[in-house]
Amino acid sequence: MGGLITVCLKEIVDNFHDRRTLLWSLLFGPLFGPVLFAVMVGIVIDRTLDSAEEQLQLPVLGSEHAPNLAAFLEAHRIDIVAAPADPEQAVRDGDEDLVLAITPAFGERFIAGQPAPVQLYVDQSDSHAAATIARVRGLLQAYGARIGAMRLQSRGINPIAAQAVLVETVDVSTPTGRSVVLLGMMTYFILFSMLIGGMYLAIDATAGERERGSLEALLTAPVTRTSLILGKIAATCFYMLVSLTITVGVFTLMLQFVPLERLGMNTEFTVGSAFATIGVMAPFILVGAGMMTVIASFTRSYKEAQTWISAVLFIPTLPILFAAIQSLRPSLQLMAVPSLSQHLLVTEIIKNTPIDAGWVAISVISTALFGAALIYAATLLYKREALLG
Amino acid sequence: MIEVRQLHKRFGKVEAVSDVSFTAPDGSITGLLGPNGAGKSTTLRMLYTVLRPDAGTARIDGLDVVDNALAVRRRIGVLPHATGLYPNLSGRANIRYYGKLHGLRGTELERRVDELIAELGIGDYAGRRAKGYSQGQRTRIALARALVHTPANVILDEPSSGLDVMATRALRDQVRGLRDGGCCVLFSSHVMQEVAALCDNIIIIGNGRVVASGTPDALREESGRDDLEDAFVSLLAQAEAL
Repeated sequence: MGGLITVCLKEIVDNFHDRRTLLWSLLFGPLFGPVLFAVMVGIVIDRTLDSAEEQLQLPVLGSEHAPNLAAFLEAHRIDIVAAPADPEQAVRDGDEDLVLAITPAFGERFIAGQPAPVQLYVDQSDSHAAATIARVRGLLQAYGARIGAMRLQSRGINPIAAQAVLVETVDVSTPTGRSVVLLGMMTYFILFSMLIGGMYLAIDATAGERERGSLEALLTAPVTRTSLILGKIAATCFYMLVSLTITVGVFTLMLQFVPLERLGMNTEFTVGSAFATIGVMAPFILVGAGMMTVIASFTRSYKEAQTWISAVLFIPTLPILFAAIQSLRPSLQLMAVPSLSQHLLVTEIIKNTPIDAGWVAISVISTALFGAALIYAATLLYKREALLG
Repeated sequence: MIEVRQLHKRFGKVEAVSDVSFTAPDGSITGLLGPNGAGKSTTLRMLYTVLRPDAGTARIDGLDVVDNALAVRRRIGVLPHATGLYPNLSGRANIRYYGKLHGLRGTELERRVDELIAELGIGDYAGRRAKGYSQGQRTRIALARALVHTPANVILDEPSSGLDVMATRALRDQVRGLRDGGCCVLFSSHVMQEVAALCDNIIIIGNGRVVASGTPDALREESGRDDLEDAFVSLLAQAEAL
């Protein structure tokens, strides 16, 4: 035990002296995620809000055929501008988000009380234009509904008769519920910078030590190999915990400044939420440290270990991507999946939803067991004779 | 005291050590001499417990290197062929780390580290980070690291490789000092002159076997050559012929 502690403390101090690595793993790593996150959220907010509020420039072909419609649109903060001669090509090339074409037959059919055709040229695959398209389509439908109602009234029919079904959408999402997709990225960044925080030490303490030629002497010290590797893993865990704390701290600060409330979200990410996040994420440290040490123990050099670990770092983030795409809801079974359970629980914390203690227990136990298995594998690898290469 | 009986070690198809037996007594310097690839390092690695012998036994102060590996490690000081230090730590911190691994603490540890720094004359650079050390400086720090727990047995694997004349001389003085202090010193080398200059006993290894052993004088006599290098070459050649 004394040997384990000695090794652990030495690795912590040694890594601390490597300033450049430290700067990267404990400063840039934890800062990069939150900053990138804030920028992305800012862009998303700008895009959704601005397109609903701003004056819109709408290219309209043949607006002279429907002056009444044009006036209606202009009354709803739309500037009608000249449209390109070939609207289909212009939208396809991305020169215009959308083009409204009013056919010459519009006036004639409008007066005759028949459906008057207009064409809306859009590219449905262009997500950037989606909000604008919805806005214009909504206005056109509103115009149609208004004219329809006036026609019914002029024929002595109550327009209500045309409305056979009244659909009322009841939105049950809590204000914070909407922030989940955005904040789902947060767990991804936290997990990633946590792994980065321990990566250099995990490599340096195993593959690096062998490459430097200091391993052989170390193995002649009166400390079992199990104690040696456990000491090194403990030091890796320490740096991962520091990195985790810094990242969550920066996120907590950052969330006070990101204008999430403009999206109608409740951003009460308090200090308590931060501690809960750290607590829920912490068991994953064992998995990360075990995984990285196992890889670094069987690779032949620092460079090889670095290449392998960089590739493998994505594996724990895959369940999170999967969860985001499938919009998985937390369930008892999913709590047994390391990294996914952390993601789901942290998402619940962000939503300010009360969390089932049983779920937390399953998440902690299953993740810790998986981590312990990886660490055990690392101790076995460290006992091999081939360790010296 | 180091006693080795019929050690064997094989790596896959390569028989690195096929039959090595010798005894290195306390208060004397025993040299393991042989060409590259003769099995010197493998033999030493088995003695300092990082490799397990396939057959045969090795005892250090009566303790078996396999059954009592931790106790053996407390009784040996090892300077492996690779004298890697931790580049971000000072020389002193490197030595101190090994002292702690050997269970030294507090003032006892600091006193021992100071003592070694004075004895080995490394005070000028022991406070600096190991990153910029020369090969000679590295070797001396590594030697101090090996001696921090005042071991009764010292195993050195080609300690003088890469050292200049002055550094080699200083190292030899230190090795003699250890012997005079009653240590059992075992070291390997492929340099005849070095072994001749330093050793009380020589064990010549070729192809994983002990080819000849004895004092320098005895070896000269056995081979019928006056020059020790000629004796070495001729003894090896005889072994090859067999």
